[in-house]
Amino acid sequence: MMAYALRRLLGAIPTLFIIITLAFFMMRAAPGGPFDSERRLPPEVERNVKAAYNLDKPLAQQYLIYLGKLAHGDLGPSYKNKDFTVIQLIATGLPVSARLGLSAMTLALLLGSLLGIVAALKQNHWQDYSVMGVAMLGITIPTFVTAPLLTLVFGIYGVSLFGHELSLPVGGWNGGAFANMVLPVTVLSLPQIAIVARMIRGSMVEVLRANYIRTARAKGLPTVRIVLGHALRAAALPLVSYLGPALAAILTGSLIVEQIFGLPGIGRYFVQGALNRDYTLVMGVVICYATLIIALNFLADMAYGILDPRVRLS
Amino acid sequence: MIATGQTLKAVAEIKGRSLWVDARRRLARNRAAMASLIILALVALLAVLAPLLSPYAYDEVNYDIIACAPNWWPAEAACRAPGHIFGTDSVGRDLFVRVLFGARVSLAVGLVATLVSLLIGVLYGATAGYLGGRIDTLMMRLVDILYSLPFVFFVIILMVMFDRNFILLFVAIGAVEWLTMARIVRGQTLSIKQKEFIEAARAGGVGPFDIITRHVIPNVVGPVMVYVTLTVPGVILTESFLSFLGLGIQEPLTSWGVLISDGADQMESAPWMLLFPALFMAVTLFCFNFIGDGLRDALDPKDR
Repeated sequence: MMAYALRRLLGAIPTLFIIITLAFFMMRAAPGGPFDSERRLPPEVERNVKAAYNLDKPLAQQYLIYLGKLAHGDLGPSYKNKDFTVIQLIATGLPVSARLGLSAMTLALLLGSLLGIVAALKQNHWQDYSVMGVAMLGITIPTFVTAPLLTLVFGIYGVSLFGHELSLPVGGWNGGAFANMVLPVTVLSLPQIAIVARMIRGSMVEVLRANYIRTARAKGLPTVRIVLGHALRAAALPLVSYLGPALAAILTGSLIVEQIFGLPGIGRYFVQGALNRDYTLVMGVVICYATLIIALNFLADMAYGILDPRVRLS
Repeated sequence: MIATGQTLKAVAEIKGRSLWVDARRRLARNRAAMASLIILALVALLAVLAPLLSPYAYDEVNYDIIACAPNWWPAEAACRAPGHIFGTDSVGRDLFVRVLFGARVSLAVGLVATLVSLLIGVLYGATAGYLGGRIDTLMMRLVDILYSLPFVFFVIILMVMFDRNFILLFVAIGAVEWLTMARIVRGQTLSIKQKEFIEAARAGGVGPFDIITRHVIPNVVGPVMVYVTLTVPGVILTESFLSFLGLGIQEPLTSWGVLISDGADQMESAPWMLLFPALFMAVTLFCFNFIGDGLRDALDPKDR
């Protein structure tokens, strides 16, 4: 197990390295710089400013300086938000995005698996078709369509449920209040619920055909017991390897959701930073995202190794 | 039974059925896939004939009829625009012709970007699968590493850098999707390499180029085709994602993504601006998905 973990860890470090390098050179290679849109500075002042931010040195040297600072946990100052360093901005935004993303992932995994199991158990019946139909809707309709739609229905017009008026706030974070989180988390998780449902249904259908499941049924085990105790463990394997891409998709989706619902997360910083050419902010956010994804991938690999011994013993 | 001349002739007249004929029949029986093909052909036809189908140009601004509903709109609307089947948008352009031109762009992006990802993926995957051994392991390790990177971020950075260049958009979006294509092609190449009929062909003296073209490629094409039809909706969605962030097609050209994001802003006051492009896009994406599923079922009956 340790050897497997070590191998996976050694694979993760070059990945992070590649991402940092890619992001650095892409941002630096962009035409235009971070100070272009402001007033023309007198040349001496401009030179001093550039020297202060190390922008006058050759590119390779800038890269090494950046790596060095990174090793000390210094992501640099934000070029546009002059009062803050990148670390500070990320620190304010990360808890918001993390909560949003984690809630969406959990919802996607739980609800998606449930729907997938139901569809698999009732394969080719109406439950199967309706779940797969709704799943198709979830995948094809983009988040920036479902967001305004759901906002309109639940936020602005309101829905009356059993005589009670149900109206959700349409934006703002409000310190993470539950009511404010409902719409964003739902919108963000819808595509993933659909994908997880399809995936679980597919693998569950195959697993349920296996001989040991037939034996369990012949022995008279109730279906719930069969599914939870035997089938799910085998069927969940493709899901575990999908966790990494799922998180990537949720982070990507959070860019839009945070913009539409006005949530103060790091997705918004990324978009603003990219449009403003705020090099350090964009790179800081990319590194942050990359670290999260790589960490989750590592955990997912560990989980896969635990669930399927064939992988770690190969 | 001793084969007489008559039985031999009878046997010779029974035509064998190839894999493709079988698959085509199974696909034809899949009603959802067939309906999707017809609808898709219709949408493509509308897109191609776009300029001929409406008296208005797609960039013809008319400030008298800003955000007006079509005449047949059943609900309350601030103003009506006679002669505009889908109404007008926020600067008075005809929505119908814009949706059709958006279809052109979105379908073009879908096809070209998918082609790009197909090319990159096939080259990469076939090379890895064919060479095998350590090179294969290294190449696939790289794919694994890249697999969970949120490519979209790099695409966003690219689009900002090069100021929304049209060609770059296609290439960048295609580059987002090549990984799975490479994996599929490599997997198929590997499994084909081992088959006995390849060995038999080699033993029979068939040259390597002929083996590749007449035996390897037809067997690789199946799953690749399935994945191609399933990549196109993903590409169209990525393009609309970029358009929403303001990084997609430049004005006055439009795509469904741009139309939808404009319509989403005006959803309360002018819902037709969101409804029609969203409907077209959803229907097209559904069709591609159904066709892809149908192809997958047709080519691999085990999956049912």
